[in-house]
Amino acid sequence: MSLALSPEEQATAAGQDGAGMAMRIVAESARLLGAPRLIPIASTHIDGALYHGDSGTLFAERLVEGGAKVAVRSTLNVGALDLMGCSRIRLEEPQRGMAQRMMEAYRKLGCEQSWTCAPYQAGHRPAPGSDVAWGESNAVVFCNSVLGARTNRYGDFLDIACAITGRSPDYGLHRPDNRRARLIFDVSGLSPSFLASEIAWPVLGSLYGREVGDAVGVVTGVANHPGEDALKAFGAAAASSGAVGLFHIAGVTPEAPDVETILAGPEPEAVIRVTPQMVAKARAGLSTTAAGKAIDAVAIGSPHLSHAEFDSLERLIAGRRLTVPVYACTGRHALALLEQDGRRKRLEASGVVIVADTCVVVTPIMPELSNGVLMTNSGKFAHYAPGNTGYAVLYASLADCVESAVLGKPVFTDIAA
Amino acid sequence: MSAAAEILVPGKAGEGEALVLTAPISFWGGVDPRSGRIADVRHPQHGEVIAGRVLFLPGTIGSSSASAVLMELVHNGRAPAALVLHEPDAILLLGLIVAREMGWETPIAVRLGRGQFDTYRGAAVTVAADGAVSVAV
Repeated sequence: MSLALSPEEQATAAGQDGAGMAMRIVAESARLLGAPRLIPIASTHIDGALYHGDSGTLFAERLVEGGAKVAVRSTLNVGALDLMGCSRIRLEEPQRGMAQRMMEAYRKLGCEQSWTCAPYQAGHRPAPGSDVAWGESNAVVFCNSVLGARTNRYGDFLDIACAITGRSPDYGLHRPDNRRARLIFDVSGLSPSFLASEIAWPVLGSLYGREVGDAVGVVTGVANHPGEDALKAFGAAAASSGAVGLFHIAGVTPEAPDVETILAGPEPEAVIRVTPQMVAKARAGLSTTAAGKAIDAVAIGSPHLSHAEFDSLERLIAGRRLTVPVYACTGRHALALLEQDGRRKRLEASGVVIVADTCVVVTPIMPELSNGVLMTNSGKFAHYAPGNTGYAVLYASLADCVESAVLGKPVFTDIAA
Repeated sequence: MSAAAEILVPGKAGEGEALVLTAPISFWGGVDPRSGRIADVRHPQHGEVIAGRVLFLPGTIGSSSASAVLMELVHNGRAPAALVLHEPDAILLLGLIVAREMGWETPIAVRLGRGQFDTYRGAAVTVAADGAVSVAV
């Protein structure tokens, strides 16, 4: 079926202004995707303001010159700079200036200065069943799975074009039939103590993404709601190791009150029975080096740390002085709360480097080291840090990360699956 | 030899030495946006340069920033002379659509079954404005 545009959409697309350019981009994408029409959207989350090269800056500025404005609520994902001035970014001119111009152009287009990859914890929570156009893989998977709103993975350029037109192509996860589960990922064979541990969800997410790829699956065998930060970590890890855009957890996530309701057919196409051995292998696979005598840094906050996660960090540090820095990446929404009660100063006095508006894998922040070792509790950092920062990765729980940062050497507590 | 291919994104007709990839590629992280060199060390064509070549893609790994990399290649004058895709990748091709909107000259992108790719390996290939893919004589 070929794409049909409404008379209003056609009129907009004929324009020589920024809105016309945006509508043509949305329509051309819809044509390539095989979508029959465009649908109205309630909000967007925009990943396109992260600097990858000058052409992206010039594109955003062209939209501004053409008088374009976002038509729906639009939050911004991380940029390449820490505009709050918490951390020092080692981005040189002329790239630094171009990155700044890009961030400024997206502000002029009417986007909210959220600068976070966890917009869903910064007050942007679309209603269940609503159509939205979100970018950033972890935000997409959270929006679909935990909030029950509907989005595909919207990449650079298309995200802002959808925001300006208030439209997106009707395909993929916007369609209810495509949201049903075809696979079961059964974790009932794992111990309750492991499932209650902090590392369970990022490790399971990493395994889930690799096993399931881009299919929609439902996790079974989870007795209690693991909490929102656990689901955040699961989704982020799953979207890093596979092209996961939507998962369900029976009895936990909104579209899966039980397995039968969410399965696409009477029988699943496959059942993945997760064993302790599979978990041990997935956990080991998150590290890219063997534990040596020292670590150079700890990085946490991918996705960005919530206020509750800062609570845990502060409790674990317990006023001690860190030997190596803990880079704690977060958004302004959490930073504002930390400022209020003087906690930012206390954390920084311990040796925590707070990174706001951005994070350590998308822009150069950590010192360049030839044999650097980074410890993290984030499945997503574990996936991207080696390629983007050159550091080898050791994966551990937050408690172990903090103990290791205090001692300057890796410490592991055994948690059996 | 010549094959009629479906036009995915119209653009400037291209001529260049064929570069037939033997594995899917992720443009983000896989291709250096400044030079057009294949930077993914695990890719079989690692080290080859896609700039000015007729690039045959058996598949793509969809990073949501693939479009940004392709547009940056166009802007830097390091884009392929033409793209021949086994199947359309909306995210990658968006890079051409947006570059065209910016008024930059973009290469044509066409669709051709990967079973036919081998015929062009190593040859000087032309992709005409009507989508015909042929070995230059």
